[in-house]
Amino acid sequence: MQVTRRQFFKVCGAGLSGSSIALMGFSPAPALAEVRSFKLARATETRNMCPYCSVSCGVLIYTTGDKSKNAKADIIHIEGDPDNPVNRGTLCPKGAGLLDMVKSPNRLKWPEVREPGSSEWKRISWDDAISRIATHMKKDRDANLVEKNAEGVTVNRWNTTGFLASSAAGNEAGYLTVKILRGLGAVALDTQARI
Amino acid sequence: MALQSLDIARRSATTTPPPAVRETTEVAKLIDVSTCIGCKACQAACMEWNDIRDEVGTNSGVYDNPADLTAKSWTVMRYAEVEEKGRLEWLIRKDGCMHCADPGCLKACPAPGAIIQYANGIVDFHQENCIGCGYCITGCPFNIPRISKEDSKAYKCSLCSDRVAVGQAPACAKVCPTGAIQFGSKEQMKDYADKRIGDLKSRGYDKAGLYDPQGVGGTHVMYVLHHADRPELYKGLPNDPGISPLVSLWKGFAKPLANVALAAVALGSLFHYVTKGPNEVSKELEDELEKEDAQ
Repeated sequence: MQVTRRQFFKVCGAGLSGSSIALMGFSPAPALAEVRSFKLARATETRNMCPYCSVSCGVLIYTTGDKSKNAKADIIHIEGDPDNPVNRGTLCPKGAGLLDMVKSPNRLKWPEVREPGSSEWKRISWDDAISRIATHMKKDRDANLVEKNAEGVTVNRWNTTGFLASSAAGNEAGYLTVKILRGLGAVALDTQARI
Repeated sequence: MALQSLDIARRSATTTPPPAVRETTEVAKLIDVSTCIGCKACQAACMEWNDIRDEVGTNSGVYDNPADLTAKSWTVMRYAEVEEKGRLEWLIRKDGCMHCADPGCLKACPAPGAIIQYANGIVDFHQENCIGCGYCITGCPFNIPRISKEDSKAYKCSLCSDRVAVGQAPACAKVCPTGAIQFGSKEQMKDYADKRIGDLKSRGYDKAGLYDPQGVGGTHVMYVLHHADRPELYKGLPNDPGISPLVSLWKGFAKPLANVALAAVALGSLFHYVTKGPNEVSKELEDELEKEDAQ
């Protein structure tokens, strides 16, 4: 296309005056707006407990997808559970930031062991970890169980091993923890509250 | 009904009137400074909900962290140590957008649709329309908006307009473990504030009151203050906030004047064209000049 100098100036002038007129309000935009869409609309909601302190606030964990086979769930948001009588939807700053604990690059995701004398942590399987703990427990209990005290009364005390349970355990988990450990004779038993 | 989960009241730099028939309940957030413990759960919940994570800063020797609002910290706790009647008072105020009924930011904004006031009172920034000029900062009587260095757009608290639009409370109000942040209709919040003020007065804070400054037409984020007569005690909360005169000078005087000048130029050009016509060069003169050029 051949454009003369004169035509070029005409086009430029027309464009400039057109856009100026639009900017001066002769081409008004409609007064409409929309908010950011609600990000949890069809996310899956799962009840859980905050893992930090012994208050054990209820939380709602929101994941992507609807639990269908091919949709992999990814946690996108965590907030307080309004139906939990402990916190009724509120949380402390640590609880409010739970999502970043879930996504933390420093989070421990599998059992690890540091052998005696070693400075390295080594990843092991859950099966290995459970057998290893059981073996250690049995060895220690066999060596140190106090069956009778000085008066000859049966006490079955196992004083050389203690157990730290989860702070967020519910009644049922707490019952099982006590049942198993007292059954073995363990005396030192606590939850990890406020660690 | 496209693009309308919340009715809007005003749109920046737009003259078309918004739909105005439906009546929306005005919402408000009430921050009871006297029951705030400064735990910053609101700050954490705000970042989590709005998908913003500020840079980890440095400790400046006080509890304020981050030290100021940023494009990624839409609310911060401000801690003031004040001596009153020989006693130390630790006044903790959650700072952030006040969602004014008469928003200075919206009045100052030259970008159509960058700032929206919804009919329920929320003032929201729409970054896709923001041109990053920073006039909203000049217009704001509370010094709230911040321009991001990453995308040069202005950001501030949206009062979780996305949550409110679906009938939920803002993230900060929901999370608050002491109930210092309450959310509801503006009327409910005023009633609740009255109860709190009565309680504070019975405890010896006879100047306790509600901060709902009329200089900006009232706000949709209100404070219950123990010293309502001196809001400046709370890390410089303005006593009588109003929109900067610069905004009215620009919008009310300079801008119309410029429009008149532009129109006058256009009219003048037309007049000149009609009376004088285009500047014609005769064929002879053109040939003569071309001859001169050739030499």
